[in-house]
Amino acid sequence: MSEITSLTLYELIKNIKEKKISSNEAVKSFVYRAEKSKKINVYVTENFENCLKLSKEFDDKPNFDLKLPGIPIAVKDLFCTNEVRTTAGSNILNNFVPTYESTVTQNIWNEGGILLGKLNCDEFAMGSSNETSFFGNVQNPIAEDLVPGGSSGGSSAALAANLTPVTIGTDTGGSIRQPASFTGTVGLKPTYGSCSRYGIVAFASSLDQAGPMSKDVKDSSILLEVISSFDKKDSTSIDFKRNNYSSELTRNIKGLKIGIPKEYRVDGMPDEIEKLWKKGIEYAKDCGAEIIDISLPHTSYALPTYYIVAPAEASSNLARYDGVKYGLRSPGKNLIDMYEKTRSDGFGEEVKRRVMIGTYVLSSGYYDAYYLKAQKVRQLIKQDFDQAYNKVDAILTPSTPSSAFKIGEKSNDPVSMYLNDIFTVPVNLAGLPGISIPAGVDKNNYPLGLQIIGKPFDEQTVLNIAYSMEEKINYKNNITDWWMK
Amino acid sequence: MTIDLKTVKHISKLARISLDEKKAEKLATDMNSIFEFIEKLNELNTDKVEPLTSIAETTLRFRNDKITSENIREKILKNSPEKNDDFFVVPKVVE
Repeated sequence: MSEITSLTLYELIKNIKEKKISSNEAVKSFVYRAEKSKKINVYVTENFENCLKLSKEFDDKPNFDLKLPGIPIAVKDLFCTNEVRTTAGSNILNNFVPTYESTVTQNIWNEGGILLGKLNCDEFAMGSSNETSFFGNVQNPIAEDLVPGGSSGGSSAALAANLTPVTIGTDTGGSIRQPASFTGTVGLKPTYGSCSRYGIVAFASSLDQAGPMSKDVKDSSILLEVISSFDKKDSTSIDFKRNNYSSELTRNIKGLKIGIPKEYRVDGMPDEIEKLWKKGIEYAKDCGAEIIDISLPHTSYALPTYYIVAPAEASSNLARYDGVKYGLRSPGKNLIDMYEKTRSDGFGEEVKRRVMIGTYVLSSGYYDAYYLKAQKVRQLIKQDFDQAYNKVDAILTPSTPSSAFKIGEKSNDPVSMYLNDIFTVPVNLAGLPGISIPAGVDKNNYPLGLQIIGKPFDEQTVLNIAYSMEEKINYKNNITDWWMK
Repeated sequence: MTIDLKTVKHISKLARISLDEKKAEKLATDMNSIFEFIEKLNELNTDKVEPLTSIAETTLRFRNDKITSENIREKILKNSPEKNDDFFVVPKVVE
């Protein structure tokens, strides 16, 4: 049983196609393991019974031409799933059952994937540790009482614990790449406009993007191929020629130019991260890439910009939670009182904080000073990348300024929590593709990731660089299943 | 600049989130430390910079005004906290 759950997606597909494993056997293995893994708290909603039923139906009438033939997949609970509860990690959506399906998940089911369940995440994807979820903390399978990163913390933990062969997350400021880095897994944020936002619970609409999370780079290329699509239902979806990412995946990156931005060498960055980065540069050279020093001069302004733009958009997006048509309602003596009590009871502390910041920066008299200013600086940050890409094909940086931290360590200091996203946020502001791959460990044996950032719509180059570096790095997670003992 | 308790209470009204005194004080502290961090943007002169409003250079597409979902009234109403036949119920608005 355990062998099935430790397979990569590619291996599982191969075994199913060769009829060595049935879809139903695969589902049973993942369900069996999930039952013994309650302690890490990855599931908000299990879909096991239905998944077992659908896998039987697949086995009775298999279609091996599909890209994900009978593959069980758990997804972040930010994707709306038709008739399956979708909470976004929030009390305010505790009982919400969508009547529609997100495009990204629909693409997965169309290719034969089967929903295993909905995975824990920070409330409305606002957090870097999964600690803001209404449904409790998630344990990092790497070690006890360690955060799995966030906001896609349930996704990264489920993947590292072999509870799903692959998964999908969403990334607004690092929410795929940072948890991937914290759990020794791979996470890709595609170019803004690649994967439809339709049916994803909105956080910051100009930054949100869905993407694959997987055990290795090849699996991310397979899943990206499935989820990336032009969608008329998303007004910012972009109609460009998408590659067959997995069949075009190659380790030949000879002559590619990779930029090293000097501004990412931030004050107080641990030696271990610096060393990891240097090691990464050597690996890239070994793969045949040419290393070029570059400058992204506005890097240090990215986080302050993000903490205006994202909360502003969030405060608008979250205005819909008013206790009228769906979600939680707290009784009040009149309509306004009902709104205020509902939102006070339904939202957690971090969400309230961000809605308040957003409301403030958009309020009369402050709009120009904050929101407009941030949009202008966002332009400068994007121009930094545009200029760099005249000289290089991709950029290599650390994924995070530290390894995973302890549960509770940063939860009382919002700014120190925000600093986690220092290397990932600029990528969202500029709408670029970025991947985090495991590249080493720190002194505690906790995983550390490297990030490869690409040109817009050039996921293929990002994947190719990651694929060739992955082979040189040869990282292996050492997970002991401590939570089962 | 500092955000005082009065401002926090005003913002909470605008955001339709009720706050007790203790929470308002905590939020004032948090918001001040966050805005201290945000003030860094003032180091930059952005007078001649165009704001970046959307990263996707798309124009909004027209589509036909056609119903695409089947009859899902029942399912939608099931999500409502309070309903009366085919209506959502809210506290009395007009006296």
